[in-house]
Amino acid sequence: MKKILILSTALCGFAASAQADITVMGWGGAYANSQIEAYFKPFTAATGKKVVSVDSDNPATPVKSQVEANNVTIDVAVLEIADAVRLCDEGALVPFDFSALPNGADGTGAEDDFIAGTLTECMIPTDIFSTVVAYDASKFPDAPPTSIADFFDLEKFPGKRGIRKNAKTTLEMALMADGVPAAEVYALLETDEGVDRAFAKLDTIKKDAVFWEAGAQPPQLLADGEVVMTTAYNGRIFNAVQLESKPFAIVWDGQVFEWEGMAIPKGAPNEADALELIHFATASEQLAKAAEFISYGPPRKSSASLVGNIQGKEEPMGPNLPTDPANMTNALGSSLDFWVDRDIQLNERFNAWLASN
Amino acid sequence: MTPAAPITPAMLTTADGRPLKAALAAAQARSKRRALFLVLPLLLFVVISFVIPIGQMLQRSFYHDGFSKSAPALQAWFAENPLGTEPDEAAYAALVADLALMQETRAAGDAGTRINYTLPGARSLYTSAARGAKKLEPPFKEALLAEDAKWADPRLWVAMRSAASPWTADFYMIAADLQLAADGGVERAPETQRVYVALYIKTIFLAALITGICLLLAFPIAHLLATLPMAKANLLLILVLLPFWTSLLVRTTSWIVLLQDQGVINSFLVYLGAIGDDGRLRMIYNQTGTIIVMVHILLPFMVLPLYSVMRVIPPSYARAARSLGATSWTTFRRIYLPQTLPGIGAGALLVFILAVGYYITPALVGGADGMLYSNMISFHMNKANWSMAAALATLLLLGVLVLYWLYDRLVGIDNLKLG
Repeated sequence: MKKILILSTALCGFAASAQADITVMGWGGAYANSQIEAYFKPFTAATGKKVVSVDSDNPATPVKSQVEANNVTIDVAVLEIADAVRLCDEGALVPFDFSALPNGADGTGAEDDFIAGTLTECMIPTDIFSTVVAYDASKFPDAPPTSIADFFDLEKFPGKRGIRKNAKTTLEMALMADGVPAAEVYALLETDEGVDRAFAKLDTIKKDAVFWEAGAQPPQLLADGEVVMTTAYNGRIFNAVQLESKPFAIVWDGQVFEWEGMAIPKGAPNEADALELIHFATASEQLAKAAEFISYGPPRKSSASLVGNIQGKEEPMGPNLPTDPANMTNALGSSLDFWVDRDIQLNERFNAWLASN
Repeated sequence: MTPAAPITPAMLTTADGRPLKAALAAAQARSKRRALFLVLPLLLFVVISFVIPIGQMLQRSFYHDGFSKSAPALQAWFAENPLGTEPDEAAYAALVADLALMQETRAAGDAGTRINYTLPGARSLYTSAARGAKKLEPPFKEALLAEDAKWADPRLWVAMRSAASPWTADFYMIAADLQLAADGGVERAPETQRVYVALYIKTIFLAALITGICLLLAFPIAHLLATLPMAKANLLLILVLLPFWTSLLVRTTSWIVLLQDQGVINSFLVYLGAIGDDGRLRMIYNQTGTIIVMVHILLPFMVLPLYSVMRVIPPSYARAARSLGATSWTTFRRIYLPQTLPGIGAGALLVFILAVGYYITPALVGGADGMLYSNMISFHMNKANWSMAAALATLLLLGVLVLYWLYDRLVGIDNLKLG
């Protein structure tokens, strides 16, 4: 009897000490690296809990299938806001209690510290990225493009254009280039006339357009000289400039920004640890730290002043972030509600438009 | 000892007196069972990795319970009132009860998504109405319409009636570029929305074109391989197989480097003076690019079956034909070509089926007009719109099966040699 007691005590001890690692499913590449350096390594150093980062094309797809199959292996999923809202509505994510989030570095309560509209029930935002117009500065030495309208101006800025093969952000940019103020874009896109107007604007550059699908393509298209101007994710252009010294520049006018963050799938194997990790990662200091590795802006206002130099350089990161005040003069926040309703319809139309002549 | 039982001559028995027939059957059943155990792993593998997933795909394309599982009250109202009934106060009461249920079970998003497939823009109606459903007071019709006038849209009620049953042909309707009409029937989608039918035809056509080009290119290569001495043939075969073993993405991106406007081929042509600097050929990010790259990637699938068939055709047949006075064309047409038919059939079928389902290559080099059907399937997969993806995939499978059946009728499936 005694033996059994000793054995079971030993087993219990073993079970408690053999703590499972926290599995985070992210997007890979420089983005995952920024999270490993700014969130996961400091978290492991502070708590002793190990974090495993796995890559995916889009973690939303495995989250949905795992929750449906009742076999969840992911503790934390890095999601785009649109996917997070959809999965949350479908009951696939754990809702957060915002009052448990740490206050900002300046003492502001968490709910006021995050940029308005970015906190949603099932996801805590970690970064703001943006779709922008980028151009090859060596092609326009005298008068570089300065506005979103210049992207559609083939006379002043001749040359091929790169466009994302998706209706999202493309239609918004077309309307802004057509003179629609950012605040009115979605109201207009709700109407058939607005959609027609956006496609009519796109028609003006269709014959000179090269359509891209993957985020790695636009910097490559610019580097190869295939296009002189392209829509692109700001982080990809930043990397091409910093790491490969390419002569690319960004037109921040007419940028469409979105945000990403961390969520916990329902049924996550280590839910408590996952929550602890998310609270740790979304504190002002960590969010600011991550912005030094990749040019995605921190969603907490209190983080802005904490962002230092670009990793390994003597150059401030601030001006490269979509959230920099100078870059936000004509910026549009991507509308979740709109795209949740219209995504499939407008992309079907976009594909029909692509195939037509 | 009692006299032995009379044995009829037809009844043979074994040494221990059992009828021979039964004993044989028992022995055979045993070895059959043993044989079954041997193939059991493969059988299980095929069932688990092939039959079940395809079955599920078929089911998903007809089944979506996103709305029906949380709309019991509406289901009852629809069952009592035939199509065309104006939704009355009872209907709105049922709707509000269901919205409250959706809020409780967090199913408003799912339900709204299901309606959104047939009526774009409806999803947010459900998520926002569900949030306040508990606070609504009768009369429910006025209460809901005050929140959003869209609740009175007859198309919305038609869409709900259709979604109230989990079994549905709605996804096939969308795939046929149709939509639900306000009176409950179907009508053609607006012209700007029609994408699937034209893309389906284009995909079949492009796959056939790619198969044809592959056949034209592969036939001489395979013939050369089959007639060369072994040592040289093996060397050439390696050249055919080398790209076959290289990653698909690497080959696709190499083609981008070669074919793009500022790419190797265009720059060389400009250097030669064959084209001007501003007249560079557009060979990628369009249909041409898709065809060139896919032909290259699929060529080995045509060469290999052709080669394996041609290698065993005795050269004496052709020689006999020639010595009997046939011209070289007649010899090819009437003696050689018919013997290569099993290889042509196998290669064409392989290339065609692979081409119909291709999606990475068209996504990367297809540009505006070089997209294929699978790109739409992958789009819906990424949007977690699985029923639509399943419906499109089922239609593609159906198209391939029809062509397979045609092939069987015209050429005969026994006449197929895969290597």
